[in-house]
Formats: sequence, C-alpha cells, structure tokens
Amino acid sequence: MKILVCISSVPDTTSKINFTADKTAFDKNGIQWVINPLDEFALTKAIKLQASGATVTVLNVGEASTEAVIRKALAIGANDAIRINTEPKDSFSVAKEIANVAKDGNYDLILCGKESIDYNGGSVPGMVAQLLDQPFVNACVGLEVNGAEATAIREIEGGKETISVKLPAVIAGQKGMVDEKDLIIPNMRGIMSARTKPLQVLEPVSTEVRVEAVSYDSVPARAAVKMISADNLDELVRLLHEEAKVI
Amino acid sequence: MAIFVYAENINGIYKKAAFEAVSYAKSIAEKNGESVTAVSINPTDSSELLYKYGAEKVINIKDEGLKNFSAKAYAQAMNEVADGNIIVFPHTTDASSVAPMLAVMKDFSLITNALETPESLSPFQVKRRAFSGKGVMHAKADASGVIVTVSQNAFGVKENPVAGSEEVKDLAVTNEDTKVLSHEQSSGKLDLKEAEVVVSAGRGMKGPENWGMIEDLAATLGAATACSKPVSDIGWRPHSEHVGQTGKAISPNLYIAVGISGAIQHLAGVNSSKTIVVINNDAEAPFFKSADYGVVGDAFQIIPELNAKIKALKG
Ligand SMILES: Cc1cc2nc3c(=O)[nH]c(=O)nc-3n(C[C@H](O)[C@H](O)[C@H](O)COP(=O)(O)OP(=O)(O)OC[C@H]3O[C@@H](n4cnc5c(N)ncnc54)[C@H](O)[C@@H]3O)c2cc1C
Ligand SMILES: Nc1ncnc2c1ncn2[C@@H]1O[C@H](COP(=O)(O)O)[C@@H](O)[C@H]1O
Repeated sequence: MKILVCISSVPDTTSKINFTADKTAFDKNGIQWVINPLDEFALTKAIKLQASGATVTVLNVGEASTEAVIRKALAIGANDAIRINTEPKDSFSVAKEIANVAKDGNYDLILCGKESIDYNGGSVPGMVAQLLDQPFVNACVGLEVNGAEATAIREIEGGKETISVKLPAVIAGQKGMVDEKDLIIPNMRGIMSARTKPLQVLEPVSTEVRVEAVSYDSVPARAAVKMISADNLDELVRLLHEEAKVI
Repeated sequence: MAIFVYAENINGIYKKAAFEAVSYAKSIAEKNGESVTAVSINPTDSSELLYKYGAEKVINIKDEGLKNFSAKAYAQAMNEVADGNIIVFPHTTDASSVAPMLAVMKDFSLITNALETPESLSPFQVKRRAFSGKGVMHAKADASGVIVTVSQNAFGVKENPVAGSEEVKDLAVTNEDTKVLSHEQSSGKLDLKEAEVVVSAGRGMKGPENWGMIEDLAATLGAATACSKPVSDIGWRPHSEHVGQTGKAISPNLYIAVGISGAIQHLAGVNSSKTIVVINNDAEAPFFKSADYGVVGDAFQIIPELNAKIKALKG
C-alpha cells in the first residue's frame, strides 16, 4: 500500500504572530517552523501502517526553507519525500499541486491534517479529493485499513460516526487519530537516516490563485482585566449580569 | 440571482449555525438587492424557521440516497441546486467538508472562517480568521463566484422575517463510496462550537472526579463544557472538549476558564470569546492578562459558591 501524507510547515505554536510594516505579509523573522501539529497525527498513523506493509511518502508544497521540516518527517519515519518548489499562495493552488503529484503516484490513501494552524483554511484536503474525484473523510479520529477499504471514525457535533470508505480516498485527521503518547520524537538514528532518504524536488505546474490575502491585522488587545476579590463573588455576578450582559 | 445558503440540519433539525448562515446571507442581500435561497438536505423542521432569518425561498432536497452524510454526495447535491455566484456555508464540521469540494466543482473561490459581513462585494472581500486567532486576514476572491464559510458565533443569529416559499426537490444523487457503519450522537448535549456560554477547566481541577462542579455550573448557565489540551491528553475529558490552537476554536459570548494557566496555544482557540472570566489560585497566571474579569482563589471553593449565586440570580 502507498500512502501520501501532505504536511504543511507552520510557525511553532508558541510563536507570536507579527505582520510586516505594510501589513501585507506575515513577518517570518525569528520564526521556528514545525510540522503542522494536526498533520503529525496523520503522519504518525501512516508510520504505524508501515507495519502492515505500507510505504509512506511525505509531500510539502513550499520553498527550500521547508526542507528542515520535511527532514523531520523523514526522521519520524517516512520512507521518502517530495517538495513542490513554490511558496504556497492559496488553498486551491496548493491542492492543485498535491493532486498533480497524486494522480500519477497511485496512492491508496492520501492523509492530511484537518486544518493548518497558520492559514486555517481547512480547505486543501477536500479540494484535493474533488480534484482527484475521490471520497473525502474529514475530522478523522480513528482509521483502520482493510484491503481496498478503510474504516474511519469521524468526529461529528456531539459524537462520532464510523464509516467504511472505498480506497483510494483522502482523509483529513486531527488529534485522536493516534494517541498523543504515540507521537514519535525522532531519535538519533532516525535523524541520521533522514539525511540520506530521497527528497525529490519538483517544479509547480499551476499558477492559478483564487483567493488573495490582501492584508493582515493583529488582534486588538483586550481592555485591562478587572480583578474581583474571591470574597466578593456577588460583584462578579453583578458585573456579568449588568456590565457584560452575558448572564 | 439569489444568494444561496447551505442550511445544515442534524437528524432533520436545523442547527443554530444554519440560522446564522441565513442571517449572514441576508446581510449581503440587503447590500446587493438580491434574495436569499436556503438549501437543506432531508430536513424535518419547518421552512418557517428559515423564513424568520430572511430566506425568501427554501429548497428541500428529499433524497433517500442522501440519508447519510457524504461530503462528496452533498457537494454534488449543492452543485445541482445552488445556482448563484455567492454561496454561504456555516463553518461546522460537515459544512466545512462540503464547501471545498463544491468550490472545485464550480471553479469558485473559497474563503473559510469569515468573521464579519464582506468589506466589499465586487470583488468579494471579507475578514477571516488566520493564524489560529492570532491574526485576521482580509481575503479577496478572484474567481467569478465565491463560497464563504462563516465562523460560528462570529456574526450571530439575526431575525429578519420574510414571506417565504418552499420547493421540494428530489435529486438522484447517490453515495457509493462511503457507508455509515455506526453513528453515536448524544442529542441532549449542547454543541461546544454553538454554545453562547462555555465553562472550561484545566489541570488545576486535579482529577476527572472533580468535574462535577464544572458540569453543575455549566448546567446553571446553559453552557457547554470545554477543557485544556493536557486534560484531554490524559483522558480526564474527551478530545472533543479540547479547545485551543490544536483543538477547537470557539467564540462564545462568555468563556469561564477555571484552573487553566493561559498558555499561548490555549488562548489562540478562545481569545475571540466576547467576555472572558479567569479563575485561578495563582495571581501570576498568564491568563489574567487576557481576561476581562479575574478572580484569584481556589476553584474548589469559588465554583460551588459562584454556582449558587448565579442560580439565585436566575431565580
Ligand atoms: C504543539 C502544542 C500544541 C498545544 N495546543 C494546545 C491547545 O490547543 N490547547 C491547550 O489548552 N493547550 C495546548 N498546548 C499546551 C499548552 O502549552 C499548556 O501546556 C496547556 O494549555 C496547559 O494546560 P492547563 O492550563 O490546564 O495546565 P497548567 O499549565 O498545569 O495550569 C494549571 C493551572 O491551574 C491553576 N490551579 C491549580 N490549582 C488550582 C485551584 N485549586 N484553583 C484554581 N486554580 C488552580 C494553576 O495555578 C495553573 O495556572 C499545546 C502545546 C503544544 C506544545
Ligand atoms: N503547503 C502545503 N503542502 C502540503 N500540504 C499542505 C500544504 N498546505 C496545507 N496542506 C495540507 O492540507 C491540510 C489543511 O490545510 P489548510 O487547508 O491550509 O487548512 C494541512 O493539514 C495539510 O495536510
């Protein structure tokens, strides 16, 4: 079985987010980059499936600067990697690149994260599925593969749904797809072997962008906090009722 | 041309997010003079409920083949009926799975997680959530049409009653690639992303056995419960309650954080709440800097007392 895992390179979760002076771009100064945390669940799931014969290719659409993050995915255990050499502009152009690689690769399964924590599109996986005319399961919190079919558990509002899906398919995962404790921290051997694993660089095929990021704003700071004494909860209730009008 | 809305229902019952999406579409219609058509798949609720928020027309797709959810089959159904160049979806789990597929089918731009009514209609430009709540993007659609998903609770539900009419359509869409094996959904439970009030607790609660007081307070307030990431990692609470950068992003009117330190990853998921109350026994807890109201003290004393006082207020 061949699995393609799409990983996005995103600012470390502790990053403060600043924008350039003209507000048209994210300020990358001093940012540490990591594998999108939701993609890490999908990647770990794929690595687990290697035990039953799967090979795992990671794919990133990004400039050369994302290679450290790709190498980390290889160190975690992916067999090989592909990078499409372009700066991502919008979800559709990224999805087009992914679909283009996937259509010739005969992957049985394409795994993504449900959402990237920088762009927050939640768009790429569904677009890839439609571009490839494959079924799509989103918000996946459990996955088993049995031959030409997979059993996936997806989160729904207030519960869970277990479905069987015909492969090939696109599945977008999140926390719960594997246990937090099963996330793999690369060891020395993994890091060493990652250096020599194949990383193929391909040039982009599509230039069509459908959504333009015109500008960015920072989130305005909240007004100063009002502290209320623990002996005076009546005052808190009054403020919530009369001032904030939320109870 | 009408503005189309995907009016999501759960087991036939309209979600609050459907009313919010219709309200949002109506606010656009008021600017460009078009009308609002809501589309729903196998609803049992009355269309009157959608007229109330401004839908002049409701198309009910009655189709056995769509009894179970499939992102692809639902996108095909929407593709057949939604014949306009602005289509509004709520940003719920199901709707946000359908929208990207539909955007590809229609060659439209897709702008997700919209926070406000559009800043301009041609070109379509709107503020959207980015960097997990640490920033806002002004996104512009470049294609001939646009699909926009509305971040839940960002715009709100606004009544705007109109005289509406209903059309029932039977489509022959089939779902051949996914099959539902089992479906567990608790009906009584308030949906975290829809909730107007959320009571959330962290590691400060010491153990799962102490969540009773959190649930009691939530019950008094008609609130949903949430938790920090470590609490769900160690299994004190289900993953579905985890809020933050790597969990759910929420924007209730009131967020009460109990025994949560306020790490940047936690704040990212909750900082768009309108009012934030922090209860923590450490006056130095970073969360106080991002709160509207703060109380320093022991949650085990404060929560039951606060619950009693709010109960008294509510009579
Ligand atoms: C990649 C990554 C992603 C992450 N994503 C998320 C995320 O999405 N969401 C998230 O929440 N976290 C996330 N985290 C974790 C985050 O960094 C913090 O570790 C976490 O939010 C802390 O949880 P907590 O506040 O419950 O626990 P703690 O930090 O242990 O805080 C407990 C608090 O309870 C207080 N307390 C103790 N006893 C009492 C008492 N009796 N009464 C009142 N207060 C009391 C303490 O003073 C303390 O402030 C992420 C971390 C990483 C590395
Ligand atoms: N530049 C990229 N390269 C590879 N995969 C990506 C890229 N951007 C997004 N993805 C995948 O699509 C998912 C959803 O991303 P998004 O639609 O941006 O929220 C991510 O979790 C990744 O799995």
